[in-house]
Amino acid sequence: MSIWVHEETRVLVQGITGKHGAFHTGQMLEYGTKVVAGCTPGKGGTKAAGGVPVFDTVEEAVRETGAEVSVVYVPAPFCADAILEAADGGVRLIVAITEHIPVLDMARVKKALEGKEVRLIGPNCPGIITPGGGSKGCKIGIMPGYIHAPGSIGVISRSGTLTYEAVWQLTTLGLGQTTCIGIGGDPINGTDFIDCLRAFQDDPETEAVIMIGEIGGTAEEEAAAFIRERVRKPVVAFIAGRTAPPGKRMGHAGAIISGGKGTADEKIRALREAGVQVCDSPSKLGITMKEVLGR
Amino acid sequence: MKIHEYQAKEVLDRFGVAVPEGRVAETPEEAGEAFEALGAPLAVVKAQIHAGGRGKAGGVKLVRSREEAVEAAASILGKALVTHQTGPEGKVVQKVWVEKGSDIDRELYLAVTVDRKRGCAVVMASREGGMDIEEVAAKTPEKIFQEAIDPAFGIHPFQARKLAFKLGLTGDAFKNGVKVIISLTRCFHALDCSIAEINPLVVTKTGEVLALDGKMNFDGNGLYRHPEIVEYRDLSEEDPKEVEASRHDLSYIALDGNIGCMVNGAGLAMATMDIIKLHGGMPANFLDVGGSATKEQVAAAFRILCADDHVQAILINIFGGIAKCDVVAQGVVDAAQEISLDRPLVVRLEGTNVEKGRSILEESGLALETAASLDEAAEKAVKAAKGGAR
Repeated sequence: MSIWVHEETRVLVQGITGKHGAFHTGQMLEYGTKVVAGCTPGKGGTKAAGGVPVFDTVEEAVRETGAEVSVVYVPAPFCADAILEAADGGVRLIVAITEHIPVLDMARVKKALEGKEVRLIGPNCPGIITPGGGSKGCKIGIMPGYIHAPGSIGVISRSGTLTYEAVWQLTTLGLGQTTCIGIGGDPINGTDFIDCLRAFQDDPETEAVIMIGEIGGTAEEEAAAFIRERVRKPVVAFIAGRTAPPGKRMGHAGAIISGGKGTADEKIRALREAGVQVCDSPSKLGITMKEVLGR
Repeated sequence: MKIHEYQAKEVLDRFGVAVPEGRVAETPEEAGEAFEALGAPLAVVKAQIHAGGRGKAGGVKLVRSREEAVEAAASILGKALVTHQTGPEGKVVQKVWVEKGSDIDRELYLAVTVDRKRGCAVVMASREGGMDIEEVAAKTPEKIFQEAIDPAFGIHPFQARKLAFKLGLTGDAFKNGVKVIISLTRCFHALDCSIAEINPLVVTKTGEVLALDGKMNFDGNGLYRHPEIVEYRDLSEEDPKEVEASRHDLSYIALDGNIGCMVNGAGLAMATMDIIKLHGGMPANFLDVGGSATKEQVAAAFRILCADDHVQAILINIFGGIAKCDVVAQGVVDAAQEISLDRPLVVRLEGTNVEKGRSILEESGLALETAASLDEAAEKAVKAAKGGAR
């Protein structure tokens, strides 16, 4: 079991003929992901990387191929529109990899998706992966596939490479993953920690969860309140940015301590009070999880 | 991106927010001429730097004659102004804004910013103008009135009226206040602002509602559609290393320590800083070479680190996902040879093409230490930088 995506999931790639879209389509196919269609306006009728058919519109791609998830590599100036097209086209999950989308574009997208039966992951995220053995997995995004292994740990993170670090620790310790989700580093995003925690709590295969947060906003504090109320599985966490100075944006658009709010210490306190094992060092995530599970 | 007060007032004026008449001056003489041109009995000379707290630091002076204006400008221009936001070294003032004095009846607060939790812009207004609004928010949050703005519709007039009533505005001041609230909110959305703040927003004895100060920051990701705002960028206000980094699409923030860091990905870069501190050291910077770092970017990042005299050791931590370890390794070797590296270097590579990357480093003949884990890398870097003492 897994959450939201699995080996049978049929995937559409928006921006499949661009540099990133083409490269990562190849990587996803290699991992075993069922990439069934691509979409680039004006290039309908052609074939993209790996012989994937390209359509002019998402609507057509969904109708012709039964794609149910779209992954978006469209450049930032056009990305909000691409996400809206995906929602209109009838997919159930949109994974937006693109970074540098203007925050007010995301505000409009979030409003437009309200009340629709569609989930958005990202933007500015590595994507979602349900690891599988022997080209049986489902990798939707840009994460390196080989660092993952199938297993029983759920991973949620606002970061990209820091997630890979944690996953790699788990895998080398023999702890595989059910599903790993990057929710992205932007101030306004689709899926949040709570959505993922709820799904992992309800997933019978997931035994425990790794949660990686960072400075800025209050998403970790809200997640802590939810964990206290609803999550009955062990959660191990790390919050990046304890040494970050206030008022400075640390790479991610959402990683900023402003007006004394959004510090790592506040988040760590909230999580610890909710019974979460918060690691002081990012290098201890894997080993802490192993201890928590008593293995 | 930040802009100066006088630039913010130009922008606000364009959007229909009333601002007091004023002029920019770069010399004391120009400030004197500005005073005469304004033709008012009272004017204010204000230092133009990208930091708040100018008044308390002596960067804002009331003047009543041409001579006083010249004198005030001479005492501000070319001097470093130290406020609670500039750091101890302060910021050198290159321009002053000379503005007509206003006949102030009340001081209010008005701002628009992004509310992450609600996923939209929010207008905030308070009767406590001129105060440190963060303090008001912390101690008496009920004194800040808020309206969330529908990102598709923009602000509704009734929302502006609600706020104006709560601010206690009446008569002409009410009408003018509503107009300012609507104009500021439209400006925020039209220009992809991240904050648009007027503190204080003053009500004059004749019912005018004027922006006495103006602070505007812009979402860097939205700047591509506002070339006229990019023109306002003042590079002299920014750290030269940060400017150089941004030219190469690198994300760099200078810090106080002595261990230079180069990392791919913002989260891992922050985590690397944290782990250095855990091992008793202090990071000299945050530097994210990005998820898909090129050889040129790595070389540029390396040059920026080495140009910093505070840096006593360098730690490179790369987890190859999109970025490939061999590409990063080649960039490091090329740059190190080019600038003849004179400081200890610790490199930790993991991920895509890690074996190739490690062998490039080994075969380069560079004097560097490699590390297999995050902990080992941090330990070695801290040791190399002599425990982090500067």
